[in-house]
Amino acid sequence: MAYSWGLSNLGKGDEVLVSLMEHHSNIVPWEITAKIKGFTIKYANVHPDGTLDYDDFESKISKKTKIACLSHVSNVTGVINDVKRIGKVAHDNGALMLVDGAQSMPHMKVNVQDLDMDFLAFSGHKMLAPTGIGVFYGKKEVLEKMPPFMGGGEMIKEVSVSQGQCSVSWNELPWKFEAGTPNIGGAIGLGAAVKYLEALGMDNVLSHEKELTKYASERMKECSKVTVYGPSDLSKKLGIIPFGVKGLSSHDVALFFDNYGVMMRSGYHCAQPLHEIFKLESSARASFYIYNTQQEVDRFLEVLKEFEQL
Amino acid sequence: MATVDDYVSRIEGTCGAESDVIVVFKYEKKDEAISNILKKATLKNKIAGIIFELTFQGQSFRVYSTGKAIFRGVKNKQELNELLVALLL
Repeated sequence: MAYSWGLSNLGKGDEVLVSLMEHHSNIVPWEITAKIKGFTIKYANVHPDGTLDYDDFESKISKKTKIACLSHVSNVTGVINDVKRIGKVAHDNGALMLVDGAQSMPHMKVNVQDLDMDFLAFSGHKMLAPTGIGVFYGKKEVLEKMPPFMGGGEMIKEVSVSQGQCSVSWNELPWKFEAGTPNIGGAIGLGAAVKYLEALGMDNVLSHEKELTKYASERMKECSKVTVYGPSDLSKKLGIIPFGVKGLSSHDVALFFDNYGVMMRSGYHCAQPLHEIFKLESSARASFYIYNTQQEVDRFLEVLKEFEQL
Repeated sequence: MATVDDYVSRIEGTCGAESDVIVVFKYEKKDEAISNILKKATLKNKIAGIIFELTFQGQSFRVYSTGKAIFRGVKNKQELNELLVALLL
């Protein structure tokens, strides 16, 4: 997105608006392309509980803003953002709306037309599909105007050299953006994952995760050494619980759980700016999906209680 | 003659503001590695037979029975390697 649309549409005087809860993948490409094209990146604040500061985000959208970029769901806190609300303000100011759906698409029903998002990106490996495959959705009229960001086979319609002059034309959508031999295995795997999730029903996926999150969140309050980050109002979030244990780094916590066969992520989760807002060096993150059970949450809580001995 | 590589599978820098390093021992050598370390380092605390909180030459670190160790505040690779040589060999 940044390389294709950004490099051909942005320049000095233009602004890209990004929230401070973004994954680095929704920050760094803009920073790289800003250095090339000279546009400005503005950052919208996040409240101390991890929820978006909508007033700040909306106040930073102006006629200079060309695109507003926001996670649908935070990969650190699970906070669900009202992307429709932000998209409307962006559109009213002539800006486009890019949504990072990596943490929403696997867990809830998302209607791109209802939410009126111009672009949506998400990864396969967070929704039961193989790594190395993902989806980039865009409104056709915008995609038609975007140049390819990578050259190679498949994205070409015609290459002709006559008298030392080469003329090149691009293939139709979506092949225009698919240079080289496609990730066939990954695409088949992603297709199967989508069918599987659709058969389960995304509402069922969501309610299962919410149930586990509610149960775990309530029980985690019993652990005196544990601090949970993010909003206490569970209606604002999905199945992710970032937390810390008094006196231990997040890596110690993750290694401790590892001993009991409980796997979790520790560190910045590729969202350092949000950890700076939380004034944390890192965090441990418990997360739930369709394959997790209440018995597994109980096991997680049993291990968590062992920290009381430390 | 044994080397650190005989015991260590990989070394990972952690993600976060902490300058921690995780040393993962080779599965088949982890018990021997932990045994060597426990002979040389000072045990400060032991939790459920899973975590060994240790100090050695002023460096505090934790060893986990699954075969991983986490070192805090190690300045560079050379310092870590010197520590591992002294602890493992």
